[in-house]
Amino acid sequence: MNRIVAPAGIFLLLVLGACEREERAFRADPIATETEEKIALVPLSPGSGPPVEHRTGKGKEYEDNAYHVAQGKRLYTWFNCNGCHSNGGGGSGPPLMDDRWIYGGQIENIVQTIREGRPNGMPSFRGKVPDDQIWELAAYVRSMSGNVAKDVAPGRNDDMHPRPAENREPDSPPVAGGSIPPSAEMPQ
Amino acid sequence: MPTKNYAGTRYSELAEINTENVKNLQVAFTFSLGVNRGQESSPLVVGGTLYVVSPYPNILYALDLTQPGAPLKWQYNPKAMAASQGVACCDTVNRGPTYADGKIFFNTLDAYTVAVNAETGEELWKTKIGEINMGETMTMAPLVAKDKVLVGISGGEYGVRGFIEALDANTGRSVWKAYSTGPDQDVKIGPSFKPFYDQDKGKDLGVATWPPSAWQQGGGSVWGFVTYDPDQNLIFYGTGNPGPWNPNQRPGDNKWTAGVFARDLDTGEARWYYQWNAHDLHDWDGINENILVDLTWNGQPRKVLVHPDRNGLLYIVDRTTGEVLSANFYHAVNSHTGVDLSTGKVKVVADKYPVQGRVLRGVCPTAPGAKDWSPSAFSHKSGLLYIPHNNLCMDWESMEANYIAGTPYVGAEVRSIPGPGGHMGELSAWDLIQGKEVWTINERFPVWGGVVATAGDLIFYGNMEGWFKAVDARTGEVLWQFKTSSGIIGQPTTYRGPDGKQYVAILSGVGGWAGSIVSGDLDPRDGTAALGFVNAMRDLKNVTTKGGTLYVFKLP
Repeated sequence: MNRIVAPAGIFLLLVLGACEREERAFRADPIATETEEKIALVPLSPGSGPPVEHRTGKGKEYEDNAYHVAQGKRLYTWFNCNGCHSNGGGGSGPPLMDDRWIYGGQIENIVQTIREGRPNGMPSFRGKVPDDQIWELAAYVRSMSGNVAKDVAPGRNDDMHPRPAENREPDSPPVAGGSIPPSAEMPQ
Repeated sequence: MPTKNYAGTRYSELAEINTENVKNLQVAFTFSLGVNRGQESSPLVVGGTLYVVSPYPNILYALDLTQPGAPLKWQYNPKAMAASQGVACCDTVNRGPTYADGKIFFNTLDAYTVAVNAETGEELWKTKIGEINMGETMTMAPLVAKDKVLVGISGGEYGVRGFIEALDANTGRSVWKAYSTGPDQDVKIGPSFKPFYDQDKGKDLGVATWPPSAWQQGGGSVWGFVTYDPDQNLIFYGTGNPGPWNPNQRPGDNKWTAGVFARDLDTGEARWYYQWNAHDLHDWDGINENILVDLTWNGQPRKVLVHPDRNGLLYIVDRTTGEVLSANFYHAVNSHTGVDLSTGKVKVVADKYPVQGRVLRGVCPTAPGAKDWSPSAFSHKSGLLYIPHNNLCMDWESMEANYIAGTPYVGAEVRSIPGPGGHMGELSAWDLIQGKEVWTINERFPVWGGVVATAGDLIFYGNMEGWFKAVDARTGEVLWQFKTSSGIIGQPTTYRGPDGKQYVAILSGVGGWAGSIVSGDLDPRDGTAALGFVNAMRDLKNVTTKGGTLYVFKLP
């Protein structure tokens, strides 16, 4: 008897465990609220030790959740992000599938980038896109470079196959270098 | 002016450098523009000064040609808004300054037109033309005719409502403005409007040929070169693609996009219009150059304009009436079978018509067309037209686009692929009367820059690998070439220096739509990057790097 129950129990545990990738709060925060992330844009901080940062944990909540990442993928096209960043390879905006992050590659950095905009062409979407959707977008952007779990990242598109699917993307954690700084692009 | 003359022939009477001695051409001096983005501009020489404008941030430099090494005389920085880079679809290019009456005129990426004192570099006036929060930018070279500066707006990928505007050259104030979509009054269509074809006759077609209110974000941007016929006092210019690219969202002919307008210079009133591509299917802007030539056609003298369109046809149009005299293929095309000369409409191949959600494969030509902005030259001496162009096809899928002001309004996934033969660019010499190619040079990458023809029977152009070439105008034989520091997408200039000698100048610096994979550091793994151009251009990163250098050549 036990011989049947034990594997079945383990199997059930595994199945239920996999549901975590779907677990989420059903009521999103009010549209106008913003989390207070204490995040640095650079690894440089005088003296020994990295910059002082404090994350609220919201980033992980979104990044580890298949529903949020899938919603982010839908919104990425919906809000015309793909018009500038294409399917991650970039266009008028920089690529999002590589390991170079001009304004930081952590999800909190990406949320800030979408909210506040960046000086060389990234518009500010504060007040235009609800805050939880900004987090979903940022979570999806992380998946484009393989920086979310494979069982969370979206599979291949039903449409034109422009690039390997997000869940097949090799991990490429942000590298703090390799980009030409704006100061090298134009005379001061 | 970048077009050399009002007719836009880019033909120089200078003949000191010729087919015999061009092999001795050597570098006279170089100059770094300090901006490593796509250099589509044209160096401009007036008297003893060479003017050149950089891509964003659009710095205007004046070099003193009377001194050895052409030292910098002054520079003028319009301090264009950095955010404008985010609404420039295809690299942050500028297509050149122009000169008239002691002033240099040029446009900035953040949509201002500027006039600068040509002697001192002092700003004379600066007029705001467009709003970057609505996706409006400016990249074109202005044309100055009489006392008017003609400028147009870019942003066909952002759902702008395209227009051309005439400014007073002395004050910068608007004299007239004509939209490319909307009611006749806004388009400046009135009693003097006499189009040749029935398809262009009727009231308020700029509204009626669109779904309700779609004309308000219908594109029709104006960013190509404007030409001017002083005898008729008419200007000629093309209008860009309708927005969005996805044609399923805008049933109708989508007037007055993707066509050519003839307008009175003084009043802006339209005289005639012809639509190259009614209800454009593939982002085929109608902005390619309209070169004004007088021909003997079937024994009759005709005043014509010559236009190599993105759709792969070389049009010869009577510029007094708008009648198409001929339209021959200069490129392999499978998406249409040419123009029905009785109606003026292109005959579309039904199975290349995009349907939302379906991937169409092997559509020729591609979205940038058989030829994009890269201006041709016409030699009065050889009688040939020299066309720098692409050889590209594509896969296309229409997707629903949401209009959000100031963001891209495209609605298509595109992957460009090399055309028949595998090469992606060509420089072709074309006989206008015979309607056929005389010779062609194949290039690995698109020929994305302009061409200059000279009385020395030479054609100058550059390729995206960085070679600047001089070619025999009659045979197409490459007589001389020089490898510059980066890929070339600029417009060559030839001029007589203060020392009486002939010089040839070109900007080197890859970019533009075709080269944005390099200038914008794009990721080649995504074929749809840069609106699908990256798919074809993956190898460019292995061939060239960013640059921004002026090269000037002379005989020893």
